[in-house]
Amino acid sequence: MTATKAARSSGSTWTRSRGSTWLRSRTGARVVGIASSIAVIALVELLIIAGAINAFVVPKPTQILLAIPRIIAEENVLHRFWQTAQEVIWASLMLAVFGIALGSLLFRFVGLRLAFEAWVGALAAAPIVLMYPLFLVIFGRSTTTIVMIGFAAGLAPVILKTLDGLSGTRKVLIDVGRSFKLSRGQQFRKVLLPAALPAVFVGLKLGLIFAMINIVGVEFLINFGGLGQLINELAERYDLPGTYGAILFVILASVLFFAVLERIERWLRPVE
Amino acid sequence: MALRAPPPDPSTLLDVRNITKRFGTGEEAIVAVDDVSFSVAPGEFVSIIGPSGCGKSTLFNIIGGLTGDYDGSVTVEGSAVSGTHPAIGMVFQEESTFPWRTVEDNVAFPLEIAGAPKAQRMERAAHFIALVGLQGFERRYPSELSGGMRQRVAIARTLASEPRILLMDEPFAALDEQTRLLLGDKVLQIQQTLQQTTLLITHNLTEAVQLSDRVLVMTYRPGRLKRSVRIDLPHPRDSEVVSSAAFGQFVAEIWQDLREEASRGVEDAESRVRKGAARR
Repeated sequence: MTATKAARSSGSTWTRSRGSTWLRSRTGARVVGIASSIAVIALVELLIIAGAINAFVVPKPTQILLAIPRIIAEENVLHRFWQTAQEVIWASLMLAVFGIALGSLLFRFVGLRLAFEAWVGALAAAPIVLMYPLFLVIFGRSTTTIVMIGFAAGLAPVILKTLDGLSGTRKVLIDVGRSFKLSRGQQFRKVLLPAALPAVFVGLKLGLIFAMINIVGVEFLINFGGLGQLINELAERYDLPGTYGAILFVILASVLFFAVLERIERWLRPVE
Repeated sequence: MALRAPPPDPSTLLDVRNITKRFGTGEEAIVAVDDVSFSVAPGEFVSIIGPSGCGKSTLFNIIGGLTGDYDGSVTVEGSAVSGTHPAIGMVFQEESTFPWRTVEDNVAFPLEIAGAPKAQRMERAAHFIALVGLQGFERRYPSELSGGMRQRVAIARTLASEPRILLMDEPFAALDEQTRLLLGDKVLQIQQTLQQTTLLITHNLTEAVQLSDRVLVMTYRPGRLKRSVRIDLPHPRDSEVVSSAAFGQFVAEIWQDLREEASRGVEDAESRVRKGAARR
């Protein structure tokens, strides 16, 4: 290999390695993520303009973007967003309190675990949203119905992952607790729960996803509440750019809740 | 034939008497530890050495109060131990630091459980962190430390509970030989500074001779005490001692006993593999 070739080759290796390092950095990954999304949106726009996608079914992304100021001003979308967000917050709080408590109970009492674990697993796969008439009968056409359906839909993963996390605590950590004569409560608070936290948060994130899907779905179905109701109304008016614009706000809510959960997890357990 | 321990001396700190532990029942029962008796004097460093599977860790769990349902007795200064005992601090073979706590929070853990005020906890934690040579790493998490450093955190955490007896189960098993020797120095230094009574469970001959005042050799299944060897190497010691002729003699002497037991262990393991293969 000549000196020039060698220099060029080492230069390209250097560029490649710098490139892959940049890609693996947080900023690099974000830039790639945003660029990919923009590329997909541009592709959809082009396919609609070219007639490959029916413009009566899917509006152009530019139309959706232009509809956003309109739905903010005319459809009160921020208020709707806050309504849905409140429902999600309540459902999430209930999921954290009851889901973790029930998961801990199943961990603590083997008999309960044997009796109910399979049922809880089945609940995770059940289409809870189809039971909305029952919830309507119990709680009426109200926010409570929406929150309770969200809660019921997200409960199973929180219970199962809490149980999973507690059961997966390394025996040596439990032995350390025992060697320091920890009471049962201390063992739970100081050892088991912190050790199970990563799994518990996986459960909470899954629970949040299930809760959000069901909350927006029920708002849509019973035509009550926040973004789901707005999507229903806009769809019935055949305002497709507005409908898709409102869906963007659902995605935004989902991203926000995920980010908050991540923050809480990092705060409770800063380093893995 | 098992080594019979003399009756307990009144000055004894830890007395282990006629411990027998069986796993399973009837014909399936396995005797893991058989009639083991020994005692440890205050400030003494005793190692129990034996081949893998000889019941060392079972004995560790019994003395530490983590395993019950055994015959015999464990006493600390004459009072019977049932369950975990505040006078006995345990350091485990596996990585046992809490990954969600910083070094100082790990070390302060027993003080937190005891309800000590935060300022006092941090002051005591800083003392023990310095003792194991981890100053400057107080705010680090275990995942940011090497295996040897993590084990030092575990030792500091146990020392922070100020146990009368430090009970260690192969604490350096997962470390490389050089780190093991250097960590041995650190343990010796701590033991000499605090006059800490220590009982070390190990399968490492060099480690046992380097650190101990006395080495107890165990037989392979069932685990019995075969021999007690007093290590008359001068104090204070460090890892330099391993290059001395006297050290080599002690190692050779204990190896004579251990070799027979280790061979039995290897033969047993091979025969179990053969039986398993024949069944398949």
